[in-house]
Amino acid sequence: MVSFIVQRIAQGIVVMAAMSLLVFLGVYAIGNPIDVLLAPDATQEIRTQTIARYGLDRPLYEQYGQFVWRVLHGDLGRSFVFNMPVTDLIFMRLPATLELTLAAVLGATVIGIPLGIYAGYRPQSRTARWIMAISVIGFSVPTFWIGLVLILTFAVTLGWLPAGGRGETANLFGIEWSFLTGNGLKHLLLPALNLSLFKLALMIRLARAGTREIMLTDTVRFARATGQSETTIIRHHVLRLISIPLVTVFGLELGSTLAFAVVTETIFSWPGVGKLIIDSIQSLDRPVMVAYLVLVSLLFIAINFVVDLCYVALDPRMQKG
Amino acid sequence: MATGQLRRFWDEFAENKVAVAALFVVLALVALALLAPLIAPQNPYDLSSLVLSDSRRPPGFVGSKGFTHWLGTDAQGRDLLSAILYGLKISLQIGLSAGAIAFSVGASLGAGAAFIGGRFEAIAMRIVDLQLSFPAILLALVISALTGQGKLQLIVALAAAQYAYFARTAHGAAVAERSKEYVEAARSTPLSSLRVLFRHILPNCLPPLIVVATVQVANAIALEATLSFLGLGLPPTEPSLGALIANGFQYMLSGRYWISIFPGIALIVLIIAVNIVGDQIRDQINPGLRR
Amino acid sequence: MSEPLLSVYGLKTNFDTRHGLLRAVDDVSFSLDRGEILGLVGESGSGKSVTGFSLLGLIEAPGRIAGGSIRFDGQELVGASIDILRSIRGRRIAMIFQDPAMTLNPVLTIRQQMKLAYDAHQSGNTGDFTARALEVLSKVGIPDPAARIDAYPHQFSGGMRQRVAIAIALMHRPDIIIADEPTTALDVSIQAQILAEMRGLAQETGTALIWISHDLATIAALANRIAVMYAGRIVEQGTTAALIRAPRHPYTQGLLNSRPDRFPPKAKLPQIRGAMPSLSNLPQGCAFAPRCQFATDLCRSAIPPWSGTLHDGFACYHPLERTP
Repeated sequence: MVSFIVQRIAQGIVVMAAMSLLVFLGVYAIGNPIDVLLAPDATQEIRTQTIARYGLDRPLYEQYGQFVWRVLHGDLGRSFVFNMPVTDLIFMRLPATLELTLAAVLGATVIGIPLGIYAGYRPQSRTARWIMAISVIGFSVPTFWIGLVLILTFAVTLGWLPAGGRGETANLFGIEWSFLTGNGLKHLLLPALNLSLFKLALMIRLARAGTREIMLTDTVRFARATGQSETTIIRHHVLRLISIPLVTVFGLELGSTLAFAVVTETIFSWPGVGKLIIDSIQSLDRPVMVAYLVLVSLLFIAINFVVDLCYVALDPRMQKG
Repeated sequence: MATGQLRRFWDEFAENKVAVAALFVVLALVALALLAPLIAPQNPYDLSSLVLSDSRRPPGFVGSKGFTHWLGTDAQGRDLLSAILYGLKISLQIGLSAGAIAFSVGASLGAGAAFIGGRFEAIAMRIVDLQLSFPAILLALVISALTGQGKLQLIVALAAAQYAYFARTAHGAAVAERSKEYVEAARSTPLSSLRVLFRHILPNCLPPLIVVATVQVANAIALEATLSFLGLGLPPTEPSLGALIANGFQYMLSGRYWISIFPGIALIVLIIAVNIVGDQIRDQINPGLRR
Repeated sequence: MSEPLLSVYGLKTNFDTRHGLLRAVDDVSFSLDRGEILGLVGESGSGKSVTGFSLLGLIEAPGRIAGGSIRFDGQELVGASIDILRSIRGRRIAMIFQDPAMTLNPVLTIRQQMKLAYDAHQSGNTGDFTARALEVLSKVGIPDPAARIDAYPHQFSGGMRQRVAIAIALMHRPDIIIADEPTTALDVSIQAQILAEMRGLAQETGTALIWISHDLATIAALANRIAVMYAGRIVEQGTTAALIRAPRHPYTQGLLNSRPDRFPPKAKLPQIRGAMPSLSNLPQGCAFAPRCQFATDLCRSAIPPWSGTLHDGFACYHPLERTP
């Protein structure tokens, strides 16, 4: 178990090193950020000064070396555009994204798993066919399009819910959260729904496939033969058995949902990191791009690690070593 | 694949009425896109033909040029029907090109890795796995941000985000294939080993790759639309469906729904139809996966 | 004579598949007394397992019990409500399956699984449950049950897993245990042990056993009475001694002739020629006729009726002579 953890951490470090190099080279290879920083009519003197201030005149490997050194000290540089430390910028925006992502993934899980189990338990029923139709739509229709339709329906036509923004927030642990106020919840609902539809489809499919498979096993037959009710069988056998693949997917999807939040945040003007990265790509704000990608990579590796641990905890067959 | 086999494949395909309808929709949309310059009432890229006073008109509006804008006009005064036909063409072009490049690069890498084996295989597949654990949207976003706007850049970005799926699939199929006896036998000479790669290994990887290809073309089209919607895809002078939707988005809140909605409907009909066709092909090639 | 514990009359279980209606169990009748061990023997696909599942109402779509009657202790089970069936399953009629690796839930401890089976019929407190669980575990020969009860199935050997399954079956002191090839997946030496133990347990607890197997030798060593199934029907039934000594149905004769213990070690075993027809393609008349050396036109045109009683008899137009 200890060797497994050590091995995983070592693997993570290697991946992080490779990622940071790739991200750095990639991001610093495009365009000339000085063009964004300065007005076209700036004098040569100001140009040189600015270049020196941001270290843009150094060789690339030196910039990378300094970059790594600074990253290890928790300093990811300053945003060219906002002129503030990137870490502050990202951590300011992160709660909004985390809130949105968690709401979406939790919603998809809490709704998707029961629907999927039902569709797998009674695959021939009419309800099951409807559930599957929803999942096909969630799977193939692009997120941004669903977002547009949601806005058009609930915000423009019906006027029930706001079309964008975070609404009122309340403070908890020194961070502002939308879900703590009624108005904030209203603002959260549509973007969370938008972001969750793909995950919902995924959860439905996985839960359905798992349930169908398990319902045909001798484990379920044996449980029935001992007189256990169908409710007991689903709660204690099916749910427990499908939880293993579902937790894996849940974890992995948490990461990819962070990525998809980029789209949802843009549509609903949700002030999270996703919107920040889109803005920074458009304005060539390189430190923000680099920091975002490095943080997302770190997050991915951390999530994968936690998922592996959950896997071991859920499946007693893995605990041998 | 022999003609008889193709025939049987089609007969089985034809049993699923929904899939046949979807295939018909796909073919019809492709035909419409190809014929766009001939059937569109207006060339939406020809700025001189646009009339600004005709902009943002609702469906059915009769424009100053004397013809009816059945689907309305966008913010530049473009006839939306024409813009959609041209946009469809661009979306298909990009989706298919990106799919084709991802297919060739991915299949060669996957099958090649299985064929060469050793450390190359280990490293190549490790990279592929790593990439697969990252969402394609993020990769496409970063790559297109790095390469800048433009059709070619976009295709490269999409292909780079998607080749890994093909590599994974081709590798799996090729590994199963290489253990077979005739491959072992034929590998003894270097000349014939290339022959084996092209005559035996690649053809046998084909069925699963075709399945991946249909799904990935649909994904490429959706990704392109998403990137264009985010303003990272094509320049607005040559709008794909995604860019059309993005252009109309700001007017939607004021109730001018048609600028976004009609291109959107064209987009999702295309994507869903390709997905349905792909699902059916997958079920036929992989009966084990049948739901 | 008192009513038998279980009597099955004319049981029919059909599967409505794409290849047409499969009559997996067709007009099956037999009875079982308290404490009796009945062997149900037949090739795979003969309907013996489906018969076992039918008794508990464990037939799932596209299958269904299409007719007949199952009377258990004065109660009709065909068409009984799911609540009645569930109150009988595990409590009065228990079942164990072929592969213990597949029946036990791999992610639950033995204690959790036994508790679920226990709670299905009894709302006793935890102390009662633990006492009973440990008692049945030690009864089936699990060493140190108090320590092993918190282990997971993969931490047991195949034989031990099957003992756990048997322990779960014994928990509510059932009247009948249906055992569906419970030793087939195990090593030969373990098979013999489990057989001996099951026989002992049945005697000790007064539980009746329906032992389903494809292996006549195993059944002959265990059962008081044997029913031979072929293509969904019982073709012969009788006490073990009589059936082995003087079979009347040519198929039983064929099964006996292919038993290895009847021949010198190196001799070539005689086989019944041909194979059992698939249920989707049954011949008219007696299903065994195409493989039978005695078959006549009569056999090929009409299904032979049952001659005998619920405990004893055969279905054949040309039964083998019983030498006195």
